[in-house]
Amino acid sequence: MNRADFRRGVRDVAPLLLGVAPFGLVAGIAAANAGLDLTQAVGMSVIVFAGASQLAALDLIGRDAPLSVVVLTAVVINLRMLMYSASIAPHFRTFAARVKAGLAYLLTDQAYALSIASYRGERSVDRVAYYLGVAVTLWTVWQLTTAAGVLLGTGVPDAWGLEFAVPLVFLALLVPAMEDGPTTVAGLVGGTVAVVGAGLPLNLGLLVGASVGIAAGVRSERSMEVNATDGH
Amino acid sequence: MATSYADPLVWGVVLVIGVLTYAIRLSFIGLFGYLDEIPPRLERPLRYVPAAVLAALVLPAFVTLDASGLAVDKLVAGGLAAVVAWRTENVFATMAAGMGTLWLVRFVLLPTV
Repeated sequence: MNRADFRRGVRDVAPLLLGVAPFGLVAGIAAANAGLDLTQAVGMSVIVFAGASQLAALDLIGRDAPLSVVVLTAVVINLRMLMYSASIAPHFRTFAARVKAGLAYLLTDQAYALSIASYRGERSVDRVAYYLGVAVTLWTVWQLTTAAGVLLGTGVPDAWGLEFAVPLVFLALLVPAMEDGPTTVAGLVGGTVAVVGAGLPLNLGLLVGASVGIAAGVRSERSMEVNATDGH
Repeated sequence: MATSYADPLVWGVVLVIGVLTYAIRLSFIGLFGYLDEIPPRLERPLRYVPAAVLAALVLPAFVTLDASGLAVDKLVAGGLAAVVAWRTENVFATMAAGMGTLWLVRFVLLPTV
């Protein structure tokens, strides 16, 4: 493995840690608030290792939502990684199955984004080394900040409303996700339906909101295509 | 907010989510050669998953009811944080703006009891 490329991955991911560290702290705090102990919280961060889905699942677990709703919600949130897996797969095709299995476990938004940019930029980079430099750093910071968050979370008074940090993290991720017309429609519709559906039984508001939002995005994309064809 | 899930149930749900999430991650990486591209019928909706899901997580947390009706502190804090998020696209700045405003409204401007 090329050590220089590994170190370059670590260097490239460093600025992103400023966003990942508070996210991990919030995940730890949310786990403590939901009633998980340190082992369970870190266990979740190791086994699931996908922040947004962990936070959504913790919120639902804390509210005693049915098991199926917790699992379905987390899986829907992580579906976006299908796109990353498909996009990065050609770059990993020559590796042994064992290596692929390990790399897949470490796949995250940030590891995908940085690695694909580096692979496209220069052909000579040691793909595994660079990817591991990024992904292992993220993994380590995620576990440490989750643990720190659990220890912190149990000591802070309820009135501070630390759980409010969770939607704030999502908000910072939402803005870049609404990158064009149809994705903005998907966000606005999904959010509005979720607000209206907040009182739905089984905490189904999130899933219903997300589904309607996705359908609205697809619809809006289709109507834009039709308009473009009609135009000239 | 603490769950009444028993410990084995917490571990069970973590494990199931973990296994399914890993399957999603491994999917195309593991199957490359058998399955090279996402079918277009699946790809189109997938593009809208992040925006729709994140918005469905965010908005209900900002627009909520408390004892006195609409929770003003969360609404104001969420609105201001949205402006900061839009301007900076920075997680830390968004959190600082949102939590700072929440505390300002809750403890200084409109303290209840």
